[in-house]
Amino acid sequence: MSVSHDAAAAGCPFHAGRVPDYPTRRSGCPLDPPPELRELRKTQPIARVKMWTGQEAWLVTRYEDVRALLADPRVSADNSRPGYPGANPGMAMVRAKYPSFITMDAPQHPYFRRMLTADFTVKRIEAMRPRIQSLVDERIDAILAKGPPADIVHELTLALPMIMICDLLGVPYEDQHYFHEKGMVIANGKTPPAVASAAIVELCDGYIGSLIDRKNADPGEDMFSRLVVTQLRPGHITKQQLIGIGRLLLVAGHETSANTMSLGLLALLEHPEQQKALVEDPSLLNGAIEEILRYVDAAHAGRRRTAIEDIEIGGVTIRAGEGIICHNPAADRDPEVFPDADRFDIRRDARGHVAFGFGVHQCLGQPLARAELQIAIGTLMRRIPTMRLAVPVSELDFKEDNFVYGIEHLPVAW
Amino acid sequence: MRVTIEEDKCCGAGQCVLAAPTVFDQREEDGIVILLDETPPDDKLAEVRQAIRLCPALAIKVEV
Ligand code: HEM
Ligand code: SF4
Repeated sequence: MSVSHDAAAAGCPFHAGRVPDYPTRRSGCPLDPPPELRELRKTQPIARVKMWTGQEAWLVTRYEDVRALLADPRVSADNSRPGYPGANPGMAMVRAKYPSFITMDAPQHPYFRRMLTADFTVKRIEAMRPRIQSLVDERIDAILAKGPPADIVHELTLALPMIMICDLLGVPYEDQHYFHEKGMVIANGKTPPAVASAAIVELCDGYIGSLIDRKNADPGEDMFSRLVVTQLRPGHITKQQLIGIGRLLLVAGHETSANTMSLGLLALLEHPEQQKALVEDPSLLNGAIEEILRYVDAAHAGRRRTAIEDIEIGGVTIRAGEGIICHNPAADRDPEVFPDADRFDIRRDARGHVAFGFGVHQCLGQPLARAELQIAIGTLMRRIPTMRLAVPVSELDFKEDNFVYGIEHLPVAW
Repeated sequence: MRVTIEEDKCCGAGQCVLAAPTVFDQREEDGIVILLDETPPDDKLAEVRQAIRLCPALAIKVEV
């Protein structure tokens, strides 16, 4: 494409009268969503975009529209529908081979989800806090013993959510390293698709499959053992479906939480006066975590859906069969809901953000994610209050192309 | 005020428990919402409204 004389029109394809490509890329502050979306939310809050397949979809950027569509029973999460705006071919293959309830509609969706809800209630997660606290303390002991600089991603944020998932699945300690390594290959956007798919098959059919056999022979106290006993043995679900549940927990609960933690910490270190306030007043912690969730919005690829009936919304008609991307990061920067929305402010009331989505697919793991974030960030503030970034932000490597946004390393000193 | 819930809609996200812990809880066996207090005192109205706003399944209603 040649550069047009009209810089404004050339810079913003939404004004150039053609259907722009999705996804748009971030520019400027690496913690802000792509700047075009800010403009779009004002001028065309429900806009046509072109996907990598050439197929078109609706991109939704206003908070109220995102919530309304995600809670609308005329909107389907089923990724096998022809209009579904899929993320990439690898993802489509994996999701077809190991279907999980994140891409199912009623009645299958509540059937599967309710098998797990008991394990993620607010009370059950509260009971896990001492375990999370001791994991975090061990890691921080090691960081302090080694001395600065430390890569917080390597030392803490990637490990913590992974250990919690291993606890739920009952992955024995000696296998956790393997599990983690494979998980990282799969999550890395730079892994070639063929290598990533092979790793997924090895992890799912190979490892998780044999884990299920071991649980069947000798059930433990973990959640996965309970599913083997109460769901697999009586034939309520197949082994393939149980593998799908294991895979879902791994992809939904690892990088999301790890990256929210590291990006959230970065946001705090970049706002030293707020870091100081949080160090001095721990009662700000829970509010700070909600603000981090809103501001960072690690699940940055948007919630993908398909309309199953015609829907009139915001002056447009979304036809049955058309794809929809509800852009949670854009919605969470909507100034009509969050005043001065691009400002990071741990004192604002950020509850109501859609970082966990909205509607019946809203994150099942959110109580666990909150506990991990509150304990990790709270303990870092308490035990290493003078923490600062050890390199300029411009040297950090952001995972722009990953399905979950993140950061490769976060070197800090104190 | 009178609070009502629709159990069938509830997806067990627990937002109501965080917003209004004296009014809502979750069943131990499946995480589905339990109404602890159908007619909470008036000073709980703000918390109940917050729970309604946060509930992703639109499963909570209040009449005042
Ligand atoms: C900060 C961390 C996290 C973020 C930002 C996050 C974000 C999300 C989002 C946006 C969705 C909705 C997907 C959609 O509507 O298409 C979701 C669903 C889900 N999340 Fe999380 N998540 C986090 C942590 C976790 C954890 C720790 C677990 C479990 C160990 C988990 C398990 C799930 C599951 C099972 C679903 C599917 C729910 C359904 O479809 O009914 N998540 N998450
Ligand atoms: S917030 Fe709504 S969906 Fe979540 S537990 Fe309460 S009633 Fe159920």
